[in-house]
Amino acid sequence: MTTSTPVAAKPKFGRPRRSFLRGQRRTALTAWLFLAPSLIALTAFTVYPMIQAAYLSFTNYNLIRAAQWVGLSNYQELFRDPAFWNAFWNTVIYAVIVAPVTLVLALALAVFLDRGFRGRSFVRTSIFLPFIVSLGIIAIAWSFLLDPNIGLISYWLSSVGFVSQQGLLSDPAWALPTVMFVGVWKNVGFYMVIYLAGLQSIPTELHEAARLDGANVWQRFRTITLPLLSNQTMLVSVMALIASLQAFDQIYVMTHGGPFFRTETLVMLIYREGFQELRFGYGAAISWVLLIFVFLLSMIQYGLFQRRQVRY
Amino acid sequence: MTATLERTQAAGTTRRRPHYTSTRTVVPWLVTIAGIVIALAMVLPMIWMAFTAFKPEADIVTFPPTLWPREFTLQHFIDVWNRIPFAHLYLNTIVFAGSVTVISLFFDSMAAYALARLEFRGRNLVLVLVLILLMLPFQVTLIPLYDMLNGLGLTNSIPGMIIPRVTNAFGIFFLRQFFLSLPKDLEEAARVDGASEWRIYWRVIMPLARPALLTLGLFHFQYNWNDLLWPLIMSSDLDNATLPAGLALFMGQHVVEYGLLMAGSLLALLPVVIFFLVIQRSFVAGIATTGFK
Repeated sequence: MTTSTPVAAKPKFGRPRRSFLRGQRRTALTAWLFLAPSLIALTAFTVYPMIQAAYLSFTNYNLIRAAQWVGLSNYQELFRDPAFWNAFWNTVIYAVIVAPVTLVLALALAVFLDRGFRGRSFVRTSIFLPFIVSLGIIAIAWSFLLDPNIGLISYWLSSVGFVSQQGLLSDPAWALPTVMFVGVWKNVGFYMVIYLAGLQSIPTELHEAARLDGANVWQRFRTITLPLLSNQTMLVSVMALIASLQAFDQIYVMTHGGPFFRTETLVMLIYREGFQELRFGYGAAISWVLLIFVFLLSMIQYGLFQRRQVRY
Repeated sequence: MTATLERTQAAGTTRRRPHYTSTRTVVPWLVTIAGIVIALAMVLPMIWMAFTAFKPEADIVTFPPTLWPREFTLQHFIDVWNRIPFAHLYLNTIVFAGSVTVISLFFDSMAAYALARLEFRGRNLVLVLVLILLMLPFQVTLIPLYDMLNGLGLTNSIPGMIIPRVTNAFGIFFLRQFFLSLPKDLEEAARVDGASEWRIYWRVIMPLARPALLTLGLFHFQYNWNDLLWPLIMSSDLDNATLPAGLALFMGQHVVEYGLLMAGSLLALLPVVIFFLVIQRSFVAGIATTGFK
């Protein structure tokens, strides 16, 4: 509203209305020219492929054979396919544990780092560093550290009495928790920095006033810090959930989906069906299920936060 | 007056001192120690990687494993250039991550300028489109995108890897948020002086947006330098792979060459880590002051 006022007032100053209209049209033209490169690229390389994937999911396309319409049969196969349900539940377990754990740890670390102490910036940089390095590369080091024969961490664990004969990554019970741990380790520093920025924007007077009123540390955290961080919490939880539903890198390197498909996530399954078995139609169907799943969860999350924000 | 004040203060401190001195000196040290323990645990894989790269293979497999090398060698760093087309992987990664960063910053900022600073019909529609694309998983595009680039003969090539990434919904949104926070005065002044929109964008807005561009630039650079899935799909052999894909492919074939892989990994991680340590102050400031609010 405010921005349109000076424009609307313009004709008063003797300007003919025609040139104002022409000016507006010229701004629109300029705007579309500024947008053109991005819009063309987004349409060609994101929107169009998404629609194309929807189409392919109704075909039996496999790179060699031309696409043949098969109706819903990919989806029917999918919902009967134990490999799909396995990957689906692995993804759900991964996301349901990794996203909240990362969020809580990030918040705890941010609160810890919010006070001044010697070595603070060193600690902050170290916690952030895993986010900067390639998960695909550092996962190689993680697999060696967890190797049952040469691994330093395996050795340390065994010296406190925790022994896994075949190694954590080959142990069907431990493989998924292990790649989940690496997933948390990778991203916690990034969310911590977002929380730190939020903490630093909270005025100190609020805490002072609450302390004078006799509120203890926990009460101050619950009634001041947490509500004022709700923007960061919403951002972090959306990002953490979306990222954990797309887990791939460390799994590809550390377990390749094994042992016995115990760590195969939906993205791993898309990779296997699409690019190793070359079943493009079937892979596209799985990818659309993932898309709808991510979309629905994001909407639910958005709704939850909308309602919660009213309360404060 | 002052004397009494000093005295009461002195009395106050002496009365409290026995309690305070102990906690005052001990607690900060405990906090620092706790902090350093957390920090070391977080960087353990990196430290182990760096030390292992200098260990002879015999030392790596000796039981019990140690963090600190019992013997130093540079052999792995020599091998890595001979055994893997490492220089090639490096060059591919620099070209891929570098081009994507530069081109995407340029296109992202142009689109963000239009969305933040220009009034036109359809603006909200474009913004909603960007937000939706930001949210949806990109994996859904992989199969058709590969198919499209394959039809154009661009698979297994660096340009094929770069082209789909010339713009980025997150980048557009991030810069739009930053542009919205910039004051309008300078821009209005330039407009009154008759400057074109392009001139305002390039001469007024872009210089003001340096911290945000730097932050986003690091995001783009590290994301593409580190990316595994996309280069893995696009390159069928080591010649056209980037470092993460190349090392993963090599690991798949030669799993037991620990020292060699660690030397290669160390060299692959180094540029991003150094780049980050150099600009980390403005990077963290960028996160604090831009789109993440």
